[in-house]
Amino acid sequence: MAAASVLTAVAQDHLEPPPAPVKPAATSQTPADLEKGRLLFSTHCATCHGAQGEGGKGPTLAQPTLPRASDWDSLVRIISNGIGGSEMPAARLEATEIELVAKYVQSLGSLPVVPLPGNPQRGSQIYASKGGCAQCHMIRGKGGVFGPDLSDVGRRRSAPYLRRSLVDPSADVPESYSAWRSDVPLPQNFLYVRVVTRDGQEFAGIRVNEDTFSIQIRDAAGAVHSFFKSNLAELHKDFGKSPMPSYATAFTKDELDDVVAFLASLRLDK
Amino acid sequence: MKTLLSFPLATLVAISAFGQVNVPFERIRDAAKEPANWLTCGGNYAGFRYSALNQISVSNVANIKPAWIYQSREAGKWEVTPLVVDGIIYVSERPNVITAIDGHTGRPLWNYRRPMPADVLGCCGPVNRGLAILGDAIYVNTYDCHLVCIDANTGKQRWDKVVADYKPGYSMTAAPLAVKDKIIVGISGGEYGIRGFLDAYDAKTGARAWRFWTVPEKGEPGNETWGGGDAWKNGGVGTWTTGTYDPELNTVYWGTGNPGPDYNGDVRPGDNLYACSVVAIDPDSGKLRWYYQYTPHDVHDWDSSEVPLLIDAPIGGKQRKLLVQANRNAFFYVLDRATGQFITGKAFAKQTWAKGLDEKGRPILVPGKEPSSDGVLVYPGLEGAVNWPPPSYSPDTGLFYVHAQDNYAQIFFKSKSQYEAGQDYEGGGTRNVLGAEPYGAVKAIEATTGNVKWEFKEQTSSNSGILTTGSGLLFAGTRDGYFYALNAATGETLWNFQTGGSIQGGPVTFLIDGKQYVAIAAGTALFTFAL
Repeated sequence: MAAASVLTAVAQDHLEPPPAPVKPAATSQTPADLEKGRLLFSTHCATCHGAQGEGGKGPTLAQPTLPRASDWDSLVRIISNGIGGSEMPAARLEATEIELVAKYVQSLGSLPVVPLPGNPQRGSQIYASKGGCAQCHMIRGKGGVFGPDLSDVGRRRSAPYLRRSLVDPSADVPESYSAWRSDVPLPQNFLYVRVVTRDGQEFAGIRVNEDTFSIQIRDAAGAVHSFFKSNLAELHKDFGKSPMPSYATAFTKDELDDVVAFLASLRLDK
Repeated sequence: MKTLLSFPLATLVAISAFGQVNVPFERIRDAAKEPANWLTCGGNYAGFRYSALNQISVSNVANIKPAWIYQSREAGKWEVTPLVVDGIIYVSERPNVITAIDGHTGRPLWNYRRPMPADVLGCCGPVNRGLAILGDAIYVNTYDCHLVCIDANTGKQRWDKVVADYKPGYSMTAAPLAVKDKIIVGISGGEYGIRGFLDAYDAKTGARAWRFWTVPEKGEPGNETWGGGDAWKNGGVGTWTTGTYDPELNTVYWGTGNPGPDYNGDVRPGDNLYACSVVAIDPDSGKLRWYYQYTPHDVHDWDSSEVPLLIDAPIGGKQRKLLVQANRNAFFYVLDRATGQFITGKAFAKQTWAKGLDEKGRPILVPGKEPSSDGVLVYPGLEGAVNWPPPSYSPDTGLFYVHAQDNYAQIFFKSKSQYEAGQDYEGGGTRNVLGAEPYGAVKAIEATTGNVKWEFKEQTSSNSGILTTGSGLLFAGTRDGYFYALNAATGETLWNFQTGGSIQGGPVTFLIDGKQYVAIAAGTALFTFAL
C-alpha cells in the first residue's frame, strides 16, 4: 500500500525502508567492476556530480579525500541514505550496486587535482566591494538574507559550477527532490516570485513559504511580505530563474577567476 | 457552601441529557433520516459523506467561528473521521486512544487507552482513521492488529481479539464497518509480503465469523494468476480502507491493495487477483459475489484503496445501481454494482502509463512504463492520482468530490527482492523529480461519466476527507492547515480558517441542541465550528 500518506513529492511522510547493511570494503577491484560502477555512476550520480566526478550542482568527487565520506563506511552510508537537508537523495540501488559505485567514486580520487587560476584573497575583496555580493548573500553570519547562504558553497559546488553561476545565474537554481518539507510544509525549491496586488502595488522576492490561500516572500532588502492570494491580481512564479545579475561583463576575466577561487575556498569545515 | 445536591435535578438533566447510547443496525442503515448524527465513518453505508443539514449555508458560511477545540495529549497527526451520536463525539487518537467528547463543551467524557508495542512495522505510521458503533459498543482496529470492543457509555473494554500477528508486517488503521450483527475489518501490510484478507467478527462475542483471503490459495480460482509458484503466499493485497455496504443487495464492497513485491512483478507473472480490485462480498458468509480488477499486475503500488462509493443514477436513460471509484491509477470508474460489469472509465489526472481503457475497462498499456534499474518516469507517482482520503457524493449536484494530486510524476526503480519475514518486500522504490511541484486539488467529477466539472487547486496534495451538505456546501482541509468551504456546485471559495495543523481527517456535521456544527481533525486536535 505504501503510502497511506500522500505524495512523497510533497511531504516525506512515507517511511523509507531501512538502509542496506554496510559491508566492509571489498579488497578486490577488477576492471570489470570499475566499469560496472562507472555505468551506474553515469546513470544515478553524474547529473549532479559530473561524468568524471568533476562536480557541478554537487561537489567534486575527484579529490583524494572526500570531506563527508573520508572512509569506506561513510561513503557507502551517504550513497545509501543521502544527506538529510541537502539536495543529495538516497540512491535507488541494491547493496552490491552501491558497493560498485562507491569503488568507482574512490577511484576518482586518484585523478589529478586541477589548481584554480584565481587569488582567493583578492576574490574576497572583490566580493565585498565591486561585486556587492554581501548585499544579498551571507557568509558565516555576515551579509544579506535574500540569496542563498554561501558559508559552505565551496564544499557543495564545484569551481566550474560557481563560475557559471556568476556568468549565467539562471543556468541552475537550487532545486530539491522533495518540494515540501514535513507535514506542515515549507518549500524546498528556490523560487523567485513577482506579485501585483489588487490595488496595484508590485512586489518581488524569494518565496519564504506558500500555502493554498497565502504566500510569503522576502524582498531584496530582506523584508518579508505576506499576501492572501485572494488579494492578488497577479502572481508570477519564475521557476528556474534567478534575480541575480550576471557578472559576465561586470568582472574582468581575472576578477572572475579571483571570485571563483574565493567562493571555492568557502567551507564550514575549515 | 452550596453542595451538588442543592441543585434542582432538572438542571443536571438539562446540562447532560445524552441518554444511554443505542445504535442498532437499522439506525445506521437509515442514517440519512437522522442528519443530526454521524453514525458510520462514511456518513452512510454508501459512503456519501453527505448531510442534509442546511443551517450553515452558502450565504452564511463566511460567519462560522470556532465553537470549541479538543486537543490531544499525545503527539502525532490525526486521520480520524469522528462518529457523532446524540450529542457525543467519538474520536480515535494516536496511538490506540479512544475518547468520547461532550459535543456541547469539547470536554472529554471518557478515555480508553491501550498500550502499543514499539515494533509494529506498518509502512506509514500508527494512524487511526475511525471507529464503528453498533448497539451500545464502539469498535476500533488497533495498529498492532487487535479488534477491540468498548462500552460506548463508559469506555470500558468488553473484549479484545487478535486479528493477525503484527510481527510479519500486518497492521490496522481503517475504521471497522458494522453490518447487521458483524464487524468487518481490513488490514494493511502490502509492503511486507503479508497475505491479505478481510475478516468479520461477531459483534457481541468477538468470535470470528469468516475470513476472505484477498490472495487465493492453491486450488482456488484466481491462484493461477500468480505465476504458479509460491509468490501468492506473500502476495500482499491489503484491505486498508473501509468499504461500503448495500443493504438491498446485501453486499459489502471493499477496495484492495497492491500485490507484492510492489515494484518487481517478475515473481508473480499474471494478473495477481484480487490485487488492485474491488471485491463484492456476502456479509453473512464472506463469499465472493464478484470482483473487478482495475490494475492487473500492478507494478507501481497503485492500491485500489479509495472508497467504492454506491450511487443509484441513470445510465442511458435507465436507472442503475452503480459503484464509482476514483482510482490511484488516475482513472475514474463506473461499474454496475449488482454484477461488477464495467460501464465507463476516464482519466481524471495526468497519467502516462495507459493509452486508455478497453471495452471491459482493462488498461491498454503504454510500453516501457514498468520500473527498471535505471529508473522510469511515470505519471502518476507512487502515491497515485488519489490515495485513500475519502470522497463525497452530493445527490443534489450529482457530483463526486475527491482529493486528487495532479501533474505528479515519479521515477520508478526496480530491484531484486527476496521475501524474509518481517522485512520490507518492495522490490524497488521511487524518487521524486528534481524541482517538481505537483499540486493537490479537490476534483468535482460527474459521477456517471467521469467528466471533471471543476477543480479547486491546493498548494500540495491533501489527505483530508470531504463533506458535502444539503445547503450546497463542500468542506475539506489542506495539508497546510486550512479548513475551508466551497460552493459544491461551482468550486467557489466561501470561507477558510487556518488551524495550524496538517488536516488529514474527515469532516463531519451534526446538531447539538438543534444547532448545526461542523468538525474536523487537524494536527492533534478536533476543531468544531458553528454560526
